[in-house]
Amino acid sequence: MELWFSEFHTPDVKHSIRVHRHLYSKKSPYQQIDIYETPEFGRVLSLDGNVMLTERDEFIYDEMMTHVPMAVHPNIRDVLVIGAGDGGVVKELARYQSIEKIDLVEMDEAVVEACRIYLPENASRLDDRRVHIYFDNALRFIRRRTDCYDLIIVDSNDPYGPSESYFTREFYGICYNALREDGIMVNQQGSPFYQHDAEAMKRSHMRIVNTFPISRVYQAHIPTYAAGYWLFGFASKKYHPMDDLRFEQWKALGLKTKYYTPRLHRGAFYLPAFLERMLEEVE
Amino acid sequence: MRVVPFDVPGHKRGRGNPELTRFLGEQCISIDVNSMKPLDNLCHPISVIQEAEELAADAFGAAHAFLMVGGTTSSVQTMVLSTCKRGDKIILPRNVHRSVINALVLCGAIPVYVNPEGDHRLGISLGMKREQVARAIEKHPDAVAVLVNNPTYYGICSDLKAIVEMAHAAGMYCLADEAHGTHFYFGDNMPLTAMAAGADMAAVSMHKSGGSLTQSSLLLIGPGVPKGHVRQIINLTQTTSGSYLLMSSLDISRRNLALRGREVFEQVSKMAEYAREEVNAIGGYYAFGEELINGDSVFDFDPTKLSIHTRDIGLAGIEVYDLLRDEYDIQIEFGDIGNILAYLSIGDRPQELERLVSALAEIRRRYQQDSTGLMNQEYIDPEVVMSPQAAFYADKKSIPLEDSEGCICSEFVMCYPPGIPILAPGERITREILDYIEYAKEKGCSMTGPEDPDIRMINILQEEA
Repeated sequence: MELWFSEFHTPDVKHSIRVHRHLYSKKSPYQQIDIYETPEFGRVLSLDGNVMLTERDEFIYDEMMTHVPMAVHPNIRDVLVIGAGDGGVVKELARYQSIEKIDLVEMDEAVVEACRIYLPENASRLDDRRVHIYFDNALRFIRRRTDCYDLIIVDSNDPYGPSESYFTREFYGICYNALREDGIMVNQQGSPFYQHDAEAMKRSHMRIVNTFPISRVYQAHIPTYAAGYWLFGFASKKYHPMDDLRFEQWKALGLKTKYYTPRLHRGAFYLPAFLERMLEEVE
Repeated sequence: MRVVPFDVPGHKRGRGNPELTRFLGEQCISIDVNSMKPLDNLCHPISVIQEAEELAADAFGAAHAFLMVGGTTSSVQTMVLSTCKRGDKIILPRNVHRSVINALVLCGAIPVYVNPEGDHRLGISLGMKREQVARAIEKHPDAVAVLVNNPTYYGICSDLKAIVEMAHAAGMYCLADEAHGTHFYFGDNMPLTAMAAGADMAAVSMHKSGGSLTQSSLLLIGPGVPKGHVRQIINLTQTTSGSYLLMSSLDISRRNLALRGREVFEQVSKMAEYAREEVNAIGGYYAFGEELINGDSVFDFDPTKLSIHTRDIGLAGIEVYDLLRDEYDIQIEFGDIGNILAYLSIGDRPQELERLVSALAEIRRRYQQDSTGLMNQEYIDPEVVMSPQAAFYADKKSIPLEDSEGCICSEFVMCYPPGIPILAPGERITREILDYIEYAKEKGCSMTGPEDPDIRMINILQEEA
């Protein structure tokens, strides 16, 4: 018997991963959560049938979400992470001694529970004394907070399911309001390749551009995401992601990474021509 | 085996219109059929439609229920036409839906308006006070009916039971416009329903909070109203090709409400209560609720209504309404001069409410301004010069709106929604009314009613000019 996990990247494109074992399956009040053991990608977490992370390539996503803003802003103390119940982003953040507080807001407690058991490496720093986990609706959590974070990382699912609200004008607005005057928001911005994804990406970019004075997009190669090609948004009140890159200071921290380097940081903001045009359309 | 259709509709179960069939789906189009013996006839129900009506009557505690396919407008019309003849008086609050006054145009009845009390802070009309209704009945003992909004668009209820008793004691019918009250029949902590209060007829918009398809509605009657007469009145204006899609949506929604309504509307009430707390925590906005209850002009309040006063953040309700749609992709039910209404119903979920509340917080942060100079919507007491029918059919002429002060209007002017006329046929046009129309236009309200689509001209009675 052959067992395969397949995800439709478009109605006409399917990405399949051979599965050894289906380790975990649960329907939470919010979504269907599954964890598979696979020969090529190790353990795979899927939400509503979409791959969230695999043990094999999650480092790319987590490093690009965290080190990019950390290498720009000189003094990040208070961080808010939205979603990311798997703990991968928190694991990277926890490596910075300068961070004093990490608030993690995840709507679905079941995701955290499952990851603690089946993805212990990812979830390993969720018990760090600086980490505070809130199981709450992120909009409700953020709109009560003003001027109190240096960095907000939005690690959400795609915009068509329960994460839809994390791609809205009101969400970006309350994030802006919750950031200090030099704060940065980083979000996963989807993929520009397939048309359906590209439309969603443009919409959310337009909303961010209308909310933050500085808004740039950067890219990375992530094999298990649609088209293997993924974008991140860097939205900021003061610091520019390239002009204000603290190249030497970051290197001096001596953090060992697998994907991110300050040189790659610069390169990640150089975008292909079709994407530049797409973004200009809505800027 | 399927019946071979050699009757209308001509699409023949969709075969003749493949695009439409693909769009609606085969199941949907296959029930778009004509009246036939096994499927009964809406003009004269004797089998399956009758059974559906009896089940609905049972679910709503009525003596009989009529399935209606011309919207709640047709239910309201039928209430008026069943009880009033030309020249008869009907007692009603002025903040009725246009369909009520339309019915007066049709039948020639004379409105006796009870001035609803206003809330000056919110700028909205409340319910009718018992004493006002009593006075109107005393002054017009020849009136044939009293019509009550149960509730108003904003969720405000009058003391329906007391009004029913007063009307009946004076030999008058009591009619209830329950366009916004379907869910009252399926909740434990809801305001009193028209049928439970002993009202004679009630127009119930199943398609609003009840979940049926747009344009379907129910007309309920109590034991004191002859069913056959009402059916005849319905048949005066209702189509003879009643849509089975609309009728089946009424029947399925009735079932859904009977089985799950209580549970669902308890959830809806809780969500609305939560949203009110959250909106009030933002500051500036006032999401009003049961604290308005005063035992008389606000006898009760619909807990599912999320009505929010916006004037204190320096924005008219209609401006917040436009911002929500244009900037935040959130469509709410309506915005008027001082308030917005978000309609909560059986299809709502908490995550969308969080979006609405967050968007309101953002609108306040980004657009808040000084509120001086914003008009406070006030109830304008109409001067009824002649019956709506006489004015509507009289010789008229069109003149510029700004020159019409003092003239008698022969058409409707209203913001839609909510569709409560600012001017109705037969009413005197005053400076106050003109200022209000001008202000509402300037703020971006959708104005409807007059023949002139731009509402620059208005029809007035000829002899007056």
